[in-house]
This record gives sequence, C-alpha cells and structure tokens, in this order.
Amino acid sequence: MKDLQEWQEHHQRRPEGDKHSSFFEQVTEGIHSFPGGFAVTTVADGFFNWARKSSVWPVSFGLACCAIEMMATFASRFDVERLGMVPWASPRHSDLMIVSGTVTIKMAPMLERIYEQMPDPKWVVSMGSCANSGGPFRHGYHVVKGVDRIVPVDVYVPGCPPPPESLLNGLLLLQDQISHFRRTGQRAEPTPKVD
Amino acid sequence: MTADRARELLGTYPGVTLTTGPAALVAQVAPEHWEGAARFAKEQLGCTFFSYLTAVDWKAEGLEVIAWMDNLEGSFSVQLRTRLGAGNTDCRSIVPVYRGADWMERECFDMFGVRFAGHPGLRRILLGDDWEGHPLLKSYAVDTPHPPYR
Repeated sequence: MKDLQEWQEHHQRRPEGDKHSSFFEQVTEGIHSFPGGFAVTTVADGFFNWARKSSVWPVSFGLACCAIEMMATFASRFDVERLGMVPWASPRHSDLMIVSGTVTIKMAPMLERIYEQMPDPKWVVSMGSCANSGGPFRHGYHVVKGVDRIVPVDVYVPGCPPPPESLLNGLLLLQDQISHFRRTGQRAEPTPKVD
Repeated sequence: MTADRARELLGTYPGVTLTTGPAALVAQVAPEHWEGAARFAKEQLGCTFFSYLTAVDWKAEGLEVIAWMDNLEGSFSVQLRTRLGAGNTDCRSIVPVYRGADWMERECFDMFGVRFAGHPGLRRILLGDDWEGHPLLKSYAVDTPHPPYR
C-alpha cells in the first residue's frame, strides 16, 4: 500500500508543463514581455496550434477489442485522414496515443515505455470503459483501474466499445483542446470522466 | 478398448475410487498414486489424448487437482482427481507421462500455487515473475493491491 501511495503522489505532482520545452517557453516569454510582442506570440501560437491539430498522428497501439473500432475509424468509411490523422507505426513520429482496450498490469510498463518514446508535445486518448476505469474487468486481479494511473489522459471516450462516431467525436474534442494548447499556457482540462 | 472394460481395469488400480461426474470414467485417486494412475490411463486404457489439467480450491478441505484425458479410438474420457489435503500444495507432476501437461501445470502453479514435483521448469506462465500470491485461490482478496499500478 505504501508503494501505491507513492505512485499516486508521483502521478499527482507530474509536471503540468510536460508537453512543453522549457527553452522554448523562455524564448516565448521573452518575446511576449517585449512591448508589442504579444501580437507575435499569439499569432505564432495560433499558427503552431493549427499545424499541430491538423497533423495529429496516432501511434498504432491496439490493445483489445476497442482496437477493432479504432481500425474502423481509421479505415475508409470514417476516414480520419481528412482530419490529418495518419495511423503511424512508430511512436517516435507520433503525437497521439489512443489507448484502445484493457490495460493489464503486465502490459502497463510497455504502455508507459511507448508513451515515453513519443516526442513532446504528445496527447493520450483513453478509449472505452476498460481504459477509462477498468470497465467490466475492474474487479479482476490483473487489470489497471484506468490508464490515467499510468499516463496523463486528455480525452476520455466512453463506451464498450465506443463506436467509430464516438471515437471521432473524441478526436475532434482533442483537436479543439490542441487549438487551445499554447494559448492557455498549460494543458487544457480533460473532458469529464465517464465510466 | 471400450468404456466398460476401461472401468473394470481402472477399478483394480490401487488408490482409485470410481465416482460419477462429467466424464465416462471419473476416478478419485490417492495423491501418492497420481502419476501412476495417469500412466495407467495412457498405457493400459489407451487415453493418449491429454485434454487439460486444472485445480479446484475447496477452501478448508484444501486443493483438488483434476486432469482429463481422452481415448479417441474408444470414444470415452477419463477424469482423474486427487485431493491434496488441507494446507498441502505438493503434487506429483504428470509431465513424464503427458508432455502436454507442462504448461497446464505451470498455469496451475501460477493460479493456485500447486507445486508439482518432477516438473522440468516450474515457474509462472501468465503473470509476471514478481507477482505475489496466487489469484485463483479463494483466500486471494479481489482488491489485493499490486503496486505500482493499482
């Protein structure tokens, strides 16, 4: 139990600016404090955010049955490529991880490792009841009760499994969050958690 | 080999008590005759197809190991059961008889903590090596914390 509490504390004090580069932050702050500099930074922010949200590449990371719905979302009928999303097979080129399915305790270190391999800024969409809270397997001995115990989650998509429309709505919400990304100076609030 | 003939033969094996159950032949075996009964089923009764091995936790009465093997020519099945006794987790391995029992016994060790003597490499198969406890035991609480993720 002691280890569990330590882990939760570590999770809570996870740096708010985990999607920022501190050097870039200083440069931006310098320009922003310069007389009239705010016009440059806000325009630059808008431009960068437009670029970020228009090319969100999710890493191909299917865990369980939700991955089938995720594949359907990526395929031609729903076609997320019109939103600029290309499912990419390497975490090193990706901006988004869609946690699609049950995360077991044995899988959790691998998931964390893949998340750490992604370059900043990066986002996480928790897809389905299992990733949100453990879902129907919450009382199993081997299931992580919500992927937000491992990585910070930006959008929770409810459903078991969420249909492609639902995931698509979650991705649009994520794009909305990304467009507010730098302007607020910190991470946007995650959507309310629904089991 | 027919099921009736097999019943006669199996009844003569020492330590075996025939009972009724899901299979054509269900035999309650004394733990010390466990491996011998499995060898008898394979060589004398012709049950060459090993189906599964698992265990049941009867709480205060202890663990019961169950194995199921089929005779495909005679179209009958044999289920062998052995009660290990309260608090006892030692059992003979039947891997020398059926090689297919290897992973079954590893899973049984993983989930129930039954230690099979004579197994070639008894270690966990599904859970991580650092896992504490055996989850399918009735005494394993559902909300047992497993740091760091829960």
